[in-house]
Amino acid sequence: MEWFLANSGTVFQRAGEHLVLALIPMVLGLLISVPLGQLARRNRTLRTVVTTASSLLYTIPSLALFIILPPILGTRILDPLNVVVALTIYAVALLVRAAMDAFDSVDDDLRMAAVSMGFKPAARFLQIDLPLSLPVLFAGLRVVSVSNISLVSVAALLGVGNLGILFTDGLQRTFVTEVVVGIIAILLLALVMDTVLVLLEKLLTPWTRAGAATARQDSQAAKFIADAEVHAEAAR
Amino acid sequence: MAEAMIEFQSVTKQYQGGQPAVDGLSMSIDKGSITVFVGPSGCGKTTSLRMINRMVEPTSGTITVAGKDVSNEPAAQLRRSMGYVMQSSGLMPHRSVLDNIATVPRLNGVSRAAARKRAEELLDVVGLASTLGKRYPSQLSGGQQQRVGVARALAADPPVLLMDEPFSAVDPVVRDELQQELLRLQRELAKTIVFVTHDIDEATVLGDKVAVFAVGGKLAQYAAPEEILRAPANDFVASFVGRDRGFRHLSFNAADAVRIHPVKTVEAPELAAGNSEWAVVVDAGSRPLGWASPRDGAGLIPGGSLFRRGDSLRRALDAALSSPAGMGVVVDEHGRLVGVLKADEVLALIEETRHKREDAT
Repeated sequence: MEWFLANSGTVFQRAGEHLVLALIPMVLGLLISVPLGQLARRNRTLRTVVTTASSLLYTIPSLALFIILPPILGTRILDPLNVVVALTIYAVALLVRAAMDAFDSVDDDLRMAAVSMGFKPAARFLQIDLPLSLPVLFAGLRVVSVSNISLVSVAALLGVGNLGILFTDGLQRTFVTEVVVGIIAILLLALVMDTVLVLLEKLLTPWTRAGAATARQDSQAAKFIADAEVHAEAAR
Repeated sequence: MAEAMIEFQSVTKQYQGGQPAVDGLSMSIDKGSITVFVGPSGCGKTTSLRMINRMVEPTSGTITVAGKDVSNEPAAQLRRSMGYVMQSSGLMPHRSVLDNIATVPRLNGVSRAAARKRAEELLDVVGLASTLGKRYPSQLSGGQQQRVGVARALAADPPVLLMDEPFSAVDPVVRDELQQELLRLQRELAKTIVFVTHDIDEATVLGDKVAVFAVGGKLAQYAAPEEILRAPANDFVASFVGRDRGFRHLSFNAADAVRIHPVKTVEAPELAAGNSEWAVVVDAGSRPLGWASPRDGAGLIPGGSLFRRGDSLRRALDAALSSPAGMGVVVDEHGRLVGVLKADEVLALIEETRHKREDAT
């Protein structure tokens, strides 16, 4: 506790770096996955490729990816960009499947009803497919958020600044307190992020709490979380 | 002769490698009337309906609406100019009932406030309480959702309404209610309605004209429902309209001439004890509750269907046949007992009606 109070400034700074390194890939992953998922849903070949690739990508150990990327990207090994790119790859691997499942969860009859009312494709996607996909998409985002926050700490092994530094530093100095503070800080960060996502989802999907009609979507979301957790487990 | 609103001119729809879904369809649909497409599954009735608003494009032939070839109009614009109601209500679960109804006006660029105001009026038109407007579709019953679907189709006040088996997913009691409601609406609005169903009963109840489709997308008969039941054009139509068509056809004949007999009434079944004949049990407002048997101790026996004055021969015969006493209970428009009718006299009247029709032709 004393150590924490004396070093709270550093811990908060590390937490800030940690959050940025986890959040940016999540947002980038989402921006890539939603259109990719929509394209893959329409094209059988692309769908197979995307599904297989996303499974394979997740089997690459994160440390290996952090080391392979600099020569490919032409970056220095300490560049945080490596971490961002690596975690974006993981985020896309998870979210693109979430996006496909999310769009699959939208009722085809409803799509047809939209066409019959004279929706054009873009308007239909933005006003119907996308909002109705949110419950399943958010399930994916929550997994990515936790997975990213835990994966970022691996980057500390390369010396990229984040809460993981508390582990490497604590280990080198055989100073347990610092490691414990690191663990607690990461847990808290993951918890806060998850809470924010849950609240955001509640805010954006008021209709899901209105009745029983969305039970099907809920069960799809639950199935997706279960699948994704198995994947995330494999990557660590 | 009514003015044509929608015309099919040798329209064929052929999906790859299959037999045609719709084969050389030519027909003209009257303005301001309900035209029902009926037939077994795979007969092309839904495909034909969807070609009207270009949800399906014909392989050959042309379809005109109000004289204009639909293939010349941008699809989205064309669809917004027609109401469409489908089997699953197709309501958007993430939007309130009011916003669902306001969809097409909003797509047409009407302001949110104006579209919602119009939606509120429509809730009333389709017989829903205005308090339901703020709810989400999942908070409504199936029948209410279907009503919202109809309100949504009417929102932009389109001259044409396309209805694709809209009532087939609700229970029979609600379906009956919705059918009557549609007829009531139609008397006020006089839209050109094309209605698809696989239920010949629904077709004869709703249709000003009925088009019977045969498998392979051929139009087997296109006529008034009364004619289809009385004189099926061929074996296919005869078998499709089914075994009860003779009975159903009675719906189109009034039973005004049937004799109404007085009947003994009691106010409670116990009072019938010692009676030598069946008596109708009535409440204080002389509305029939059931029957009391001449046999002792039977208590109140539920009655059969009621014949309301002005009903068809079908109702008259059913009232007589479904009554435990062998006599059909006749009531007036307020539901008060008038008397009873007898099955043999209804049958005699049916025979008489048939003779008159023979003489007329």
